This record gives sequence, structure tokens and C-alpha cells, in this order.
Amino acid sequence: MTSAAAADLQALEKELLASIAGAGDLSAIEQVRIAVLGKKGRIAELMQTLGKLPPEERKSFGQSVNEIKSRVSEALEAHKADLETKALSQRLESERADVTLPVRGGAIADGRIHPVSQVYDECVEIFADMGFAVAEGPDIESDDLNFTKLNIPPEHPARQEHDTFYFNPKADGSRLLLRTHTSPVQIRTMLSSKPPIRVIAPGRVYRRDSDQTHTPMFHQIEGLVIDESTHMGHLKWVLEEFCKAFFEVDEVKMRFRASHFPFTEPSMEVDVGAEAIGKPGQWLEILGCGMVHPNVIRNCGLDPDKYQGFAFGMGLDRIAMLKYGLTDLRAFFSGDMRWLRHYGFSVLDVPTLSGGLSG
Amino acid sequence: MKFTLSWLKDHLDTDASIAALEQTLSAIGLEVESIDDPGAKLGAFRVARIVEAKRHPNADKLQIVMVETDKGKPPLEVVCGAPNARTGLVGVFAPLGTCIPGSNITLEKKPVRGVVSNGMMCSAAELELSDESAGIIELPEDMASRVGEAYIEVAGLNDPVFEVKLTPNRPDCTGVRGIARDLAAAGLGTLKPELKLSGVEGSFESPVDINLEFSKDTADACPVFAGRYVRGVKNGPSPAWLQQRLKSVGLRPINALVDVTNYISQDRGRPLHVYDADKLKGAVRARLGKAGEKFLALDGKEYAVDETMCVIADDSGPLGLGGVIGGEDSGSTEVTVNVLIESAYFDPARTAQTGRKTGLVTDARYRFERGVDPASVLPGLDLATDMILKLVGGEPSKAQVAGKPPAEPRVIDFDFARVAKLSGIDIKDSEIKTILEKLGCTLSGKGNAAKVTVPTWRPDIHGAADLVEEVVRIAGLDRIPLTPLPRPAGVARPVLTERQKRARRARRTLAARGLVEAITWSFIPDGEAKAFGGGDAALVLANPISVEMSSMRPGLLPGLLSALKRNHNRGFSDAALFELGQAYRGEKAEDQYLSASGVRGGTAKLSGSGRHWDGAAKGVDLYDAKADAVAVLFSLGLDVAKAQVTRDAPDWYHPGRSGTLRLGPKTVLAHFGELHPATLKAFGIDGPVAAFEVFLDAIPAQKAKSRAKPRLEANDLMPVRRDFAFVLDKGVAAGDVVKAAAGADKALIREVSVFDVFEGGALEKEGKKSLAIEVTLQPTAETLTDKDIEAVSSKIAAAVKAATGGEIRS
Repeated sequence: MTSAAAADLQALEKELLASIAGAGDLSAIEQVRIAVLGKKGRIAELMQTLGKLPPEERKSFGQSVNEIKSRVSEALEAHKADLETKALSQRLESERADVTLPVRGGAIADGRIHPVSQVYDECVEIFADMGFAVAEGPDIESDDLNFTKLNIPPEHPARQEHDTFYFNPKADGSRLLLRTHTSPVQIRTMLSSKPPIRVIAPGRVYRRDSDQTHTPMFHQIEGLVIDESTHMGHLKWVLEEFCKAFFEVDEVKMRFRASHFPFTEPSMEVDVGAEAIGKPGQWLEILGCGMVHPNVIRNCGLDPDKYQGFAFGMGLDRIAMLKYGLTDLRAFFSGDMRWLRHYGFSVLDVPTLSGGLSG
Repeated sequence: MKFTLSWLKDHLDTDASIAALEQTLSAIGLEVESIDDPGAKLGAFRVARIVEAKRHPNADKLQIVMVETDKGKPPLEVVCGAPNARTGLVGVFAPLGTCIPGSNITLEKKPVRGVVSNGMMCSAAELELSDESAGIIELPEDMASRVGEAYIEVAGLNDPVFEVKLTPNRPDCTGVRGIARDLAAAGLGTLKPELKLSGVEGSFESPVDINLEFSKDTADACPVFAGRYVRGVKNGPSPAWLQQRLKSVGLRPINALVDVTNYISQDRGRPLHVYDADKLKGAVRARLGKAGEKFLALDGKEYAVDETMCVIADDSGPLGLGGVIGGEDSGSTEVTVNVLIESAYFDPARTAQTGRKTGLVTDARYRFERGVDPASVLPGLDLATDMILKLVGGEPSKAQVAGKPPAEPRVIDFDFARVAKLSGIDIKDSEIKTILEKLGCTLSGKGNAAKVTVPTWRPDIHGAADLVEEVVRIAGLDRIPLTPLPRPAGVARPVLTERQKRARRARRTLAARGLVEAITWSFIPDGEAKAFGGGDAALVLANPISVEMSSMRPGLLPGLLSALKRNHNRGFSDAALFELGQAYRGEKAEDQYLSASGVRGGTAKLSGSGRHWDGAAKGVDLYDAKADAVAVLFSLGLDVAKAQVTRDAPDWYHPGRSGTLRLGPKTVLAHFGELHPATLKAFGIDGPVAAFEVFLDAIPAQKAKSRAKPRLEANDLMPVRRDFAFVLDKGVAAGDVVKAAAGADKALIREVSVFDVFEGGALEKEGKKSLAIEVTLQPTAETLTDKDIEAVSSKIAAAVKAATGGEIRS
């Protein structure tokens, strides 16, 4: 190859590299690529001249052109990569969104479980662990199941304490009522199943009472154990275990006071030390209980000399109020979105013994 | 039931503290409601004497008084506004720092019109002893010798008042002596013996006959009526101690004769009545009332009696209601000279019934309806005679007794082992025996086969369990040992029923869809019940608390709509509420059903409500409600594709924009839709409401299946998707198109979805619409050829045309 030819090639390489470096964006570099490396590009053009050269020059000329092609290609790829990087940065720069714009919380964040339902689930969880099933019964009850079978005869003063909602009398003089406690469920359970019995009976109950602290409808949860040996010591234990589990504390102070209910004998009222809800020094009256009265056991077709056991009852709304610091019972039934959103529970707060009742 | 400490000590020899008494009373079942301890309230007040009174330099109505507050100490300067303040007056002084009960102000050292007052001379009102506030208390002048002593001691006011809440089974504790007996049994002292009375039985026959006029069936209304005539009494105010006692427990002293009966009622739980014998006409008789009879009672009101009430009458008619209230006309007054004392036994049930019918709440009723000790008829009569003779003199007749007390002793066979078996307490036979005896029982026989005779004042003790209660409450409930309930072996088993599990899942499904759980009343206004398919007369309460809560709800929507309206009124129109609870189709147990229902108002959609930069929520519509209902059914394991959708939702829904999900003609799973404009109008709600009702009990029980899931049938061959647009009559249901397309080749067609519905434009005018579906074909053996696909497509087009008349849109 002549030195002139070599100088030409050198100049050409310089020119090509300059045109690559001069390409400002990806489309420019593509044009450069076509112009230089394309089928009809400068390199291809050069290669076409090869045939016209004297044979002795061909080899070295071809070698030189290939070297140039290789160097130019390299330079082009490198510059293209640079441009791509730059273009991406520019794109990313332009795609900046306002990350502070608020998004919707979604349905799970909006939905709520009512405190009574939540506490109901908590109680079921605790008592299920102690072997209690959940028994249910109707709200509209007979006088017999709500009172008589519970050892509350028609003229018993206790009937006066329960201000009862009645329906209109039937032709035979009988009249149905709204249950004043969930105790008829205990009766139904004893009538329909044989001991040993362990059930809780949660549900709506009704009393003709309406003021600051009473609503004509509220919720109770009662418990019943019937077998041949369960005594008041077991009752105390169950209640203490329940209170510890429910209030989620290791220790709970409990005070048992003698009392009277027609359907239990002996009967007790139970107070819990308010330390359990962070108010030391006070007592909270939370439940009534006792050994099921022999007459009640007999009324359910069981032999009171053979079978014995305990029953207890408490207000579901009341223990919800105590545990979660709710103050107004009437608000429970108002359907007020503000109250429900504030005091209600997330659907994901499923009470479990393994994870803790309140999570 | 109220009593004072000193009154209790009449019957109980004790030095127990107030706190110990309170604790024991509550522990043994006599719950202390309050203790009014004057020592705590009035202990600081002292007897003091005004040594000198002079004008206040800066105020006309005030005086400066120099008060001797302690013997031998210099008098204190006190500003006093009372008109009766004067030199030499002995009164009651409150030193600085004392809290004045009447005003709840604590005295501070500060000038009154420029003169510093070092305390206060007090009025009776300031001590809350009476309403007297015009002047300061004036004590007798000889009290000057007791200056410096505590006023409550000097005045005999240091007597704490206990109020206990009696359970209905304890008539014996309606008297102070009964309470004393319980406390003595519980170890807080000794019950004092009864005093022997003498001179109460007179020598002459009572001139007033007493008759019981009942049939055999009604004789239990008043089985015994005893009376004693006392002639020549000099009635007047009772002595101060008696008046003080009565006042301390909230009773108003009237005259000595009446006060005696009230005192014995409170002291022994034994109500009595005293008649002015000169006002009686003929014999006094107990009988049932007669229709049309009336009498003027002691409370100044007239009462009509009926045939169920036990009355005390003379020749002129009823004088009073036995066991409830006496008559105005026959009662004793200041001028009464000759009296008839009544001591009787009235049946508790009848007394309670009469009390309820008349609305009379009296001390006599309180006791008789609980069951007054039937053996106390004669001792009560004697006690009253004794007090009357002592207080107002007179000469007693012989007691006259008609009938006899229903006081046959009750004997209970008692095995002492019952105590341990029922209570778990480890207790010796000797202790059981002691407790029962202290409560008035008499025992014979050995501990394992004792015979226990129950005292007549305990009508509540009938059987062994009652005796166990007596032993346990007196021995102390804290002696019951905590005893673990035996656990079933192994891991706790699940306990919930299918229905309970459904309720749980449905509740959490709806909350997960952004709905907020409400609990609304089971009873609603009758009009609302009727509008929602209820209002059956059998479900209307006879004694509702208000008309707003009078009819058992036929469904949950009325309560939810009322709540929605209230939220609306508070500015929350985008509320989404649900309730999971019972409603009533009838009065029987099986008519009560469980529903999961919800309402969405305004724009409260699943995706969110209200305006948002990313697109404002549209108003709720029937599809929101349908989605909720379907979600609940799905969560309960129902294959919703198997359910039919029909257009027959109840009247409270918009007829064109609602539906029913059902399994066959009989099983209704759910209703959903927008509510009828008339329904919304009735509740005063503007704007759309989407509502649903799912009937949890209607869902068929799931067949017990293996817990193992069936093998996954996944195919590696690519599914093929083809779109079809049909032109249909407007009334054609999309569901029918989908069903027809899906059925065209069950082996190949895996899924059919609707991706476009277009109504409008030229189609609208022809009464047509366009519906576009996407059909997913899943080849199982080999890749589908164009020919295969062509063949299926034709089948789909033909099936849809056959089912709906729809043509492929060209």
C-alpha cells in the first residue's frame, strides 16, 4: 500500500470517528452507523475499491480497512451506549411523579367489625379452649323457658326485676315475650342434650329499660357446665381464667360476694379488680353466677341428686366497654359511622389465643 | 334497707369497725350500697359559745362575734351574718379548714368585708341536718358546759347509717335484727337475747271482733289476723330517741302510735297497723275485695279494689289493703284514745300482685311480698303493745287471734357432704352445724343424715342446696378453692357450628369489602316493618318502650337505612354499613333467621368513595350490591355460577334495578339492588342506595368432602381467546348470552366474560344493544387449528342466536 493510500485511510478513520463523536442522539448515531457501516456505507464503499487495487496491495489494504472498521464499530457502540445511558437518564428525569399525592386506603382499611362482635369472638376463643361449645336460641321465647323452668314462678319478685317485653296474649291466655336473658338457651340445651354439658350462650337480650346506662336491647354471654362433679371451685377457676385471658393480664384480683338468683343456689356476684383495665383501687361488678338450682335441673328432666354444675352470666357490651374504654352504651346501637370507625376493629384483627386476643 | 350502727348494736354485741361491717355484709350477700358516716362529714364541728357580739364596722347585716371554741382558750373572732347571733348563744362552730357539707366550701382564712373570720358559726342547713338556714343553730344554754366537744357526740348524731340492697329472698333482713343475726353468724359479734315482755296481755276481751272471711281456696290470702285493743291511750309525738331513729333511716315521725308500728317494722321486719278503734264500725274482717269498692288510703289517694286483692274492712267497707297500705279514715291521730293493733300475715304473691296493680310501694308491701315471718304475728303484737303502753299508756285487752299462722316447721334432710360436693370447700361438720344453728336452724341426727329444721323467718330455704348456700356464704366464699376444670385430653377441639362459622366468615367478608358493621335494634316502627314485608300482629310488642321500637324487624334493612339517614344528617352521605343478625318471619323459633345485609349510600363503592385526583367515585348502583352479595356467598363456599339470577326482588327494591340470587325456585339466597325511590323517600334519603340481603340459613350445607384438594388440571397448551360482539334485543339478559356461549362446547370453552355493553346510538332506536364477550378456549390434546377455532366460533354464534336471537355484529 502506498503511503498516500495509508494517509487517506488514516484521514478517513479520523473523519469517521469524528462523525461518531459528533452524533448527539440515538437517531443521529443510527444515521452515522448506516453511513459508515451500512451496506452502502463508507467502509463498504472502501471494500469495493479493493478489487481495483494491484494484487500485492490488496492484502495490506484489506487488513487496514478491516482494522478501521473494527475500531470505528467499537467507537460507535461505545458512543451509542453513552447516548443510551444519557437518554435513559433524561427519560427518568422527565418521568418524575409527585409521590406525595395521596392514594385510597382501600376496602380493608375502611371496613370495621363492631366491638360487640369482636368481643364475642374473643369470648368464644377463650371458652372454646376450655371445651365450651356455643349454644344459641331464639329471641322470642315462652314464659316457661324464660321464667318458669328457671325457677321463677309467675309471682316471684324476680319477675318484677326483669322488665319484660311481652307480645299480645293468645286465645289461651299464654303470651310470648322477648327473652330477658340468654338463660332459656341453657334450658334448651339441658332439654336437648345429655350431660356432660359445657356451653356458652351469647346473644341479644331485651329489658324494658332505657336511660344513660341501659338500653332496651343488649348482649349477654352466659355459661353452663353440667356433669356429676363440677363445683364452685371449678366455677371460680373458670371465671378467673376467663378474666385473665379476656383482659390479657397475668394476674387478676377477683372478689366473690354471696347473692341471690332464682336459678342458682348458691349464688355469687363477682367483682374484678380494676387493675385489669389500668384503674387500680376500684372494683368492677361484672357477673353473676352460681350452682344451677336443683329445681332448674329437675325442670329439664335431669336428676339433681346425680347432676350438678354451674352457670354464669355477664354483659357482653359491658365487658367490651371495660376492656376497650367505651363509655356510652347507647352508641353501640346508633350505627354512627364516626363511632364505629373509631371504636370498631379491623377485619384483620381476628382474635386468636396464639396471637393474642387483641393482636 | 337502712339501719344505723347504734340500732344494729341494740341486737348485736360487737365492736367491729365500720369497714369490717361493710366488708362482711357485702360478702355474705347483704350488699352495702352506701354508708353515711356523720363522723366523716361532721366530725370537725364543735360546740361553741358566743362570748360577745358586736356590729361589723363595714357591713350592716354582719356582726363580729367572739367565740369561745375551747375551754380556757382565748375566744376567736368570727364574722357572722345570722340575725339570731347574740352574746351567750351556744351553737355549732366550724374551724378553718372544715368543709361545709351544705355548700361544699372549705373554710379559708380570709377577710370578710375587711375583718378576718377565724371560722364559722353554722346553720342546720349548712350541716345538712334540716332545711333551716335563716339562723345559726341554737343549742340549750346548759350546753355551754360542753364547749369544745364534738357536736355530733353531744347531739347524739354520731351514728353511721348503712343502706343494704336486699335480694328478694331475704325477708328476715328487712328488720335490723335479721341483719344482726347474719353478722353474728359470720363472726362479727353476738346476737343479743330477746327481752322478755311482761304486762302486755290484758284481762278483758277486745270489744272489736276480728273475722277471716275467705273461701277455702282463698284462705291463704290472710291465714292469720291477730289484734289487741288498748283503751285510754294518750297519743302525741313520740320521744326524741324514737323520732331520731326513724329520721335516721329516712322515715317521717307522725305520732307515737304510728311511729311504734314503723319502728317495729324496721326493727323486726314485722309490719303492723294501729286503728283508731272508735272509728271502726262493727267487726274488722279480712276478705277479698269486691268490684266497685273504693277506699281512701293513708297517702291521701283513693284506690279501687278488685276481687284479687285482700282488704281489711269493717261494716262500712274496705279500710285498707292487707299487707300494702292502711286507710286514712281509720288511722290513729293525736286525739285517738282507743286503738286496735293489727298483726297479721298476708300472702306474698297476692301482696305483690296488689302492689303492682295499685302501683303502691310501701314498707309493708316490701316486707309482705318477700314473706314476713309467719311466727311473728303474736310476738309482734306483744312488742307493739309493750311499746304503746310505755309510750302512750292505756290498758290492753287479751289478744284476739283469728286463724292460725302458716308456720309448720320445714325439715330438710341434709347430708353435710353436700357442702363439699357443691362448693369444694373443705369444712368440718362441727362448723357446718354451728353456722346453721347461729342462723336459727335446729339440727338433729348425724352429719351424714342430719335433719335441719328451718327457722320460720327463712321462707327461702327449701332444700339441701339452700342450706349449702347458707353455710358457704357464712363460712366465706374465699374459702372456695380454685379448682381447674378438667380439660379434654389433647388439643382443644373446634366447637363452632356450621351456622356460627358462616356468620363469622360473612361478617369478615363484608368488613373486608369496606363496609362498617352496625348493630341496630331488633324492634322497629310498625310502619317500617310493614313496608319491609313484616308487621304481623303476632310480632308487635304489647308493651313497647316507644312506637319507634314496637314491631319485630322482618329484615335488617330498615334499621340500616335509619342509621344511613342519621349518618347522612351528620354529613356522612357516603356511608357503607352492614349488619349480621337475626330477623323474624314469625313468632316461632324456626321463623327467626340469620341475615347478612348491607347498604351503600352516595358513592361508597368498594374501590373507595368521594372525589379523588385519580378519578371520582361514581354513585353506587345495583352492581355494587350484587358484588357484595356474591362475595358473601362465595366466602361461604357456594359456587355462585350455579345460582340463578331472577328479577323478582321484593317491593322495597327498584323493580328494574334489582335481582334475586336463588338455587332453584324455592331457595332464595339473596336479594340485591338499588332501593325503590319510594323506600328512599320514606326514610328521607336523597340519592341512590345499593342494598343487599343474604340469607345465611338458605345456603345448602356443604357435603362432607375430603380435605385433600382435587388434582390441579393445568394444561401447557396455550389458551386461545376470541371476541364476539352480538346485536341483541335490549331486554336480553347478559347472563343468557354467557350461558349459551359457555354451553356451546363444554370441553373446549373454559371461560366466558362480558367485556363490553353498549346501548345507544343507532341501536337504541331499533331497541337493540350490543354485547361483547371474550371466550377462552383451552385445548387439551393439541394446539387448535384455525379450522378448529372456526368450528367452535360457529357453534358459539349459533348457540347464542338460538338462545337469545342475537346476531354477530358485522
